[in-house]
Amino acid sequence: MLTESEPHYRQPLLKTPFHERARALSQLDSFVPWAGYTTVDVFTSVEQEYFAIRNASSLYDLTPMVKYRISGADALRFLNRLVTRDIRKVGPGKVAYTVWCNDEGHLIDDGTVFCIAPNEYRICTAERQLDWFRASAIGFEVEIREVTEEVAALAVQGPTSCKLLKAVGLAGVERLKPFEHAGFSMPRSGGAGQITMMVSRTGFTGDLGYELWMQPADAEALWDALTAVGSSRAVRPIGSRALNVARIEAGFVLPNLDFVSAEHTLYLGTERSPLELGLAWLVDFNKGHFTGRRALLAEQARGPRRQLVGLDVEGTKPAHNALLYRDSSARREVGSVTSAIWSPTCKRNLALAIVEAAYIATGSRVWAEIYLNRELVWERRMVRARVVERPFFAPARRRATPPADF
Amino acid sequence: MNGGAGAQYDSIVVGGGHNGLVCAAYLARGGRKVLVLEAAERLGGAAVTREFAPGFRTSACAHLLHLMPAALMQDLALEAHGLRLAARNLPTVALAEDTRHLSFGPGNLAALAERSAGEAVALADWQTLLKRFARALHPLLTQTPPRLGTDAWRDAYALLGLGWRIRRLGRRDMRELLRIGGMCVYDLLEDRFSLPLLKGALALDAVLGTNYGPRSPGTVVSLLYRCAASQGADALAQPEGGLGAVSEALARAARAAGAEIRTGALVERILVREDRVVGVALACGAQITATTVVSSADPKSTFLKLLGTEHLDAGFARRVAQVRSRGLTAKLHLALERLPQFPGLSTEALRARLLVAPSADYIERAYNHAKYDEFSSRPMLEVTIPTLADATLAPPGKHVMSVIVQYAPYALAGGWDSQRPAFTARVIDTLGAYAPQLRDCISASELLAPPDIEREFRISGGHWHHAELALDQFLMVRPVPGAARYRTPLPGLFLCGAGCHPGGGVMGLAGRNAARQLIREAA
Repeated sequence: MLTESEPHYRQPLLKTPFHERARALSQLDSFVPWAGYTTVDVFTSVEQEYFAIRNASSLYDLTPMVKYRISGADALRFLNRLVTRDIRKVGPGKVAYTVWCNDEGHLIDDGTVFCIAPNEYRICTAERQLDWFRASAIGFEVEIREVTEEVAALAVQGPTSCKLLKAVGLAGVERLKPFEHAGFSMPRSGGAGQITMMVSRTGFTGDLGYELWMQPADAEALWDALTAVGSSRAVRPIGSRALNVARIEAGFVLPNLDFVSAEHTLYLGTERSPLELGLAWLVDFNKGHFTGRRALLAEQARGPRRQLVGLDVEGTKPAHNALLYRDSSARREVGSVTSAIWSPTCKRNLALAIVEAAYIATGSRVWAEIYLNRELVWERRMVRARVVERPFFAPARRRATPPADF
Repeated sequence: MNGGAGAQYDSIVVGGGHNGLVCAAYLARGGRKVLVLEAAERLGGAAVTREFAPGFRTSACAHLLHLMPAALMQDLALEAHGLRLAARNLPTVALAEDTRHLSFGPGNLAALAERSAGEAVALADWQTLLKRFARALHPLLTQTPPRLGTDAWRDAYALLGLGWRIRRLGRRDMRELLRIGGMCVYDLLEDRFSLPLLKGALALDAVLGTNYGPRSPGTVVSLLYRCAASQGADALAQPEGGLGAVSEALARAARAAGAEIRTGALVERILVREDRVVGVALACGAQITATTVVSSADPKSTFLKLLGTEHLDAGFARRVAQVRSRGLTAKLHLALERLPQFPGLSTEALRARLLVAPSADYIERAYNHAKYDEFSSRPMLEVTIPTLADATLAPPGKHVMSVIVQYAPYALAGGWDSQRPAFTARVIDTLGAYAPQLRDCISASELLAPPDIEREFRISGGHWHHAELALDQFLMVRPVPGAARYRTPLPGLFLCGAGCHPGGGVMGLAGRNAARQLIREAA
């Protein structure tokens, strides 16, 4: 907890309820700040952790994800006016990924909305949103309370994740469909009662996976149970760098990498709309008014100026921060890369990029300017890149219910 | 419900205050089928004549007519519709405790010259200069505020016009306008005048009806605004029958132009379908359809109460919620059994506008209290005795005193319910310094504090101008960006009240500008 007595610049980063366990397993002691907490960047190596996501199970501490409890007589109306999707379709036990915009239709943040009960929701966001939520609450009877510190969260992702959860005693978890959540309990080791938690079939890996939401006091016991059962199943704790590889394969956008919140942009023209980020499927123009609707309708009518696309880049060198050009002469710029990786699973050189309207169709070709560091000697390469469908990686197991047993 | 071709009216005007009536009259003259809905039984909004004690009537809020442009009054033929002036070109008398009162007015500087020849010259110079400034700025008030940074020829034309008119003031006066524009009125008056009584009277004009003291930034702007509105003349007039007579004449003009007017019709909701205004719902349950709805209610009432934020973007709703709209001006009405003596003033002189603002410092001290939600211990007053020119307002031989009082904070510490008698006594005491027998003449009194004005006239915050007249709520940002051109973000919904450019005061330009903009957009 932050204390009032300490000046803010001397207050340490918060530690998540999993911190002691994570620190014990961290070989590199590589911690990074995330939303006021210190969290693990890499435990051992990015590659090993990445393959736990795709070939076994991974544990990822997402407690710093900002969480708000939204309740009150107008909670549904409030949310439906806030976000771009129709939350009326998200009943109790359901989860929806969505975005929200400012008046100009520019993206403020993305997140997930959990319907706990009628007019009681939890919304998880990348960044703190209290100011915007309060502005959005004018005229609505709604209570907004940040519960980030009251809820510990752990993502269990990978093809064996369902099996792992069953093995620690979460009976029936295999019946959860994607974007569903339910309450579960498991026996506490030593036989002293039950650990209760909410489990949602959600995640940021594009794979089979679950997110576990529990009281902070139960966090270590759950972690211990998962690691004990997982020791023979190649279960690994992972840091945010391995997750980043998986999320790019899954085609998910990340604030401050693929877009900057319109609340934080300083330069005109650096804001992004959901249409520009290829998230038009999240925007429901037929549900009634929501903030940014009129601006987005106008944008839709005049057509996009630019859009986020997936790129398949020639070669094996990730096109980090690459500028994109019309041709290899590199005279006419047409966009830039926001995220890039060599995909270990797809065996492709992938990137997310913002490109001009003329280049957003699948199959469009652009040239990427890549800088190669060959033993401290820098080389510039112009390589071909092709616009391809996202997600780059979408295994059938991410949707299979019940998931396959391993 | 159908707001399209089958709608019952082209336009519904919410609120039958003076701006609503002006707007309705111009819309009807433009060939539109118009319905005005007024919640009260009487038309006029805050521009009404009010019986505050049996047989005693007075203008409820503003008590002098000086801002409504002659062109508008001629346009709507208000004289033909029954508007008579009981008095015009009223002088101003700055009251002094030592009874050396100072009377002055446009072209009436003899009394001042007698006291100080230098001050009279300074005032004459200042009035001439103000008149020149007013001529340069007035056209800005008579049009939809121009936007900055657009390609529209109309915006460019308006801005170029303003620039040209300012440039045409000549190098010296243009420089002076730009120099004083950002100043507080206190410093300006220090520059130009030396007589405290005169400085107090001139400072009052800059802060009357605002949330400012003479040392507050932006008070020269509010003074220039007042002058621009009255085109530099500031010819104070008293309508026969009080300000309510103006509203009645406007109503007759609107009806004559073809508008339909209903009173006792409280609009409860503005109805929306498929992101477009389709009409209004009344408190009685009836629904009336229209292609456009024009609200003369204040911005907060219009957007937050009548429309509801669910139809608005959150950023816009926040801007509306943050409009500064708390009134700081109260009105005291006194029923007088007989006319009190003001030592040093003849009965004839009492027809004037009487000011209790003996110095700019006095006003600033009065304002100090208001900053901390206290009422002024020695308030600033603008007083008229309308019965001297218009005997119809009181029983024979009796009189009415109408007092505009500053400062009376909306959110008074301790609450108005308990503080009302103390404040009333404070105002009467303050007046007693100039009219010792006043207390014995009073048979009844009524105090309208800002919460009373809010309740009686349905103005959120009880601010006479609906939204504070300040640089950040002026022109293209009045009341908020996104609604400053009478059009609102919701298709079909327009504003025409004092919360819009160019603001309140019984001026009527917001109503006229809104009607013209609406007709232009429909074309």
